[in-house]
Amino acid sequence: MKLSLGPLQYFWPRERTLAFYREAADWPLDIVYLGETVCSKRRELSTGDWIALAAELAESGKQVVLSSLALIEAESELGVLKRLVAEGQGWIEANDLSAVQLCRERGVPFVAGPSLNVYNHVALRLLMDDGLVRWVPGVEQGHALIRELRDAVLAAGQAMPELEVIAYGRLPLSYSARCFTARALDVPKDQCGFRCIDYPDGLPLATREGKPFLRINGIQIQGEEIVDLGPELPQLRELGVDVLRLYPQAEGMAGIVAHYHLARRSLQPPPRIAARNGYWYGEAGMRAAG
Amino acid sequence: MQLVCPAGNLPALQAAIEAGADAVYAGLRDETNARAFPGLNFSDAELAQGIAHAHARGRKVYLALNTYPDSARLAQWHAAVDKAAGLGCDAIIAAELAVLDYAARRHPAMARHLSVQGSATTAPALRYMHERFGISRAVLPRVLSVQQVERLCETSPVPLEVFAFGSLCIMVEGRCQLSSYVTGAGPNRHGVCSPAKFVRWDEHPGARRSVRLNEVLIDRFEPAEPAGYPTVCKGRFDVRGETFHALEEPTSLNTLELLPRLAQAGVAALKIEGRQRGVAYVASVTRTWREALDRYRAAPADWSAQPAWQQALTKHAEGHQTTLGPYHRRWH
Repeated sequence: MKLSLGPLQYFWPRERTLAFYREAADWPLDIVYLGETVCSKRRELSTGDWIALAAELAESGKQVVLSSLALIEAESELGVLKRLVAEGQGWIEANDLSAVQLCRERGVPFVAGPSLNVYNHVALRLLMDDGLVRWVPGVEQGHALIRELRDAVLAAGQAMPELEVIAYGRLPLSYSARCFTARALDVPKDQCGFRCIDYPDGLPLATREGKPFLRINGIQIQGEEIVDLGPELPQLRELGVDVLRLYPQAEGMAGIVAHYHLARRSLQPPPRIAARNGYWYGEAGMRAAG
Repeated sequence: MQLVCPAGNLPALQAAIEAGADAVYAGLRDETNARAFPGLNFSDAELAQGIAHAHARGRKVYLALNTYPDSARLAQWHAAVDKAAGLGCDAIIAAELAVLDYAARRHPAMARHLSVQGSATTAPALRYMHERFGISRAVLPRVLSVQQVERLCETSPVPLEVFAFGSLCIMVEGRCQLSSYVTGAGPNRHGVCSPAKFVRWDEHPGARRSVRLNEVLIDRFEPAEPAGYPTVCKGRFDVRGETFHALEEPTSLNTLELLPRLAQAGVAALKIEGRQRGVAYVASVTRTWREALDRYRAAPADWSAQPAWQQALTKHAEGHQTTLGPYHRRWH
C-alpha cells in the first residue's frame, strides 16, 4: 500500500511551505500532490514555483502530481490550469471537469480528485477512456459504496484504476464563490489581505452552544474533525485500496506519516489517533460529534 | 430569453404555464431528482398529463434527473431516462456522466441539458459535456459574476441557462456535502438538503426557539425573529467569538435588474428556482418575470425594473430579502 501526501489545503507563508516540502522529501511517502486547490489568490508560491518544486521533489524518488483548483471561475485561473497541464512533467489531479477536458485534449494522465463526482462504474469507465489513471472517491463514498462500485467494474470485465482513499485529515465538504474567511473578518474578498494565512489549519466554526463543527478555509468548508482510517486498514486492504491519502496539517505531520508507515507494514491495525469517519460506515460524516 | 419555471406538482405546472412560462421543469417521485421531498413531484400519470397540458399550449417540459446514482442504483436512473423519452419530455436535465451517456446512446433525439448540479463553470468543462454527451444547453452554477457569465456566453459551445430568482445555494451545486456530513443524506446521492426528518424545533421559556439538524444546533431565535428552514449554510454560528450567519443569511437570489445585461450577453434561458414552493409562488413569480421579459422584448431601450415587480418578488423571497448574490462582486 502506498502513502500519499494530499494537496496542502491551507495557505501558509512561502518559507513555511517550502520547508514543509523539504522535510516531506525525507518522509516515507510514495506520492506527493502539489499545488493550490482552494483559492487562486493564494500566491506565496507562483505556478512556476509549484512546477519547479514538483521537479525537485520528483528527484527524491516520489511520484509528484500537480493538483488543480476545485472551482475555476476566471480566465486567469484557466490559464494557470493550462500551464500545469502543459508544463507539469507528470500526472494532474483533476478537481473539476475543466481539468479533465484539458488533460483529455492533451493526452495527459489524470487522477480524479475527491471533488470530481465519480459515483458509479460507468462514470469511472468513461473517465478512464479520457485518461483517468487513479481515482480518489468523494468524501461521502464509504466502504460499501466503493465496494459496490469495484464489484460492478469487475463484473463488467473491466480493470480498476488505482484506488486512493482519504485516510487522514479534515474532509473538504464544500466550495463557494464567496470567501468565508474574508466574511468572518469583515473584509471584502477583493481586498482580503490574504488573511487566511493567519489560520494555518483553517478558522474554527462552532455551534451556538460551543460545539466545534466546521473549519472555514477561504472559499472551502471542511469538517472540524480530523478523520483517521488507520484502524480500518484490514477493510482497506480487502477493498484493494492502493493509496492512503494523508492531508497536510500545520504541526506534527512527520509523526502522522510515520504512524501510517508503521501501520502499513504491520499485520495489526493501529490504534485510532483521530476521529472515526462516519461516512466510511455509510452514516453521517460527523456522527462522532453529533 | 426563455423563461423556465419550477413545477413541484401538476397544479404548479398548470399555474406556471398559465402565468407564461415557456418551459417547466419537473421531477419524478424518487431520488432521481434534487428535490426529492415527501409530497412533491410527479407520478407517471401526472407527468403524462402535465406534458399534454404544456404541449397543447406550445410549451415545453423538462425532466430533472440530476442526482448522482451509485452503481447499485444506476438501473433506476436509466429507467427514468427511458420514461422521460417514452412520455415525450422535451429534454432531461442531468448532471451525472453515466446518466448523460445512457440518454445520449438510447435516446439521442431527446435533448440533454446539463444540470446546475453538474458543476460546469468554464468553457473547457462545457466542451467536455458537449463533446462527450452532446448536451445542447447548460445551467450554470450560482458562483459566477455577471462579467464571468458574459464571457462564458462567448466561449461556451452550447447555449446557457442561468438562475434568475429563488432560494440561493451559496455553495457550488453538485459539490456540497454539508447536509450529508450532518445527516448522512445530501443533494448528490439522495436529492435532499437538510431532510425534514432530521430537523427538530424546540420551544424554550419566553417564546424562544431553537432548531437542530440531527442534534447539531443550527440556530436559536428570539420571539420576534423570523425563523427559516435550517440548512447548514444559513445557520448562525460562532467564529472568533462572534455569533453571526457565518456562511449566508436567509435570503433569495433576484437578478431582475440584470435582465438587460443577461439578454445582451446571449443567455438562452432564465431559470426560476422553487419546485418545493406552492402554486401561489409559482404563479406570482412566473407572471412577474413574464411581464418583465415581454416588456424588455417590446422596448429594450426603455426597460427598467419596475418597483411593483420587485415588490412582488421580494414578497416571495426567503426572509423577505433578496440579493444579486454571486452575480455581484461585492457579495463574494
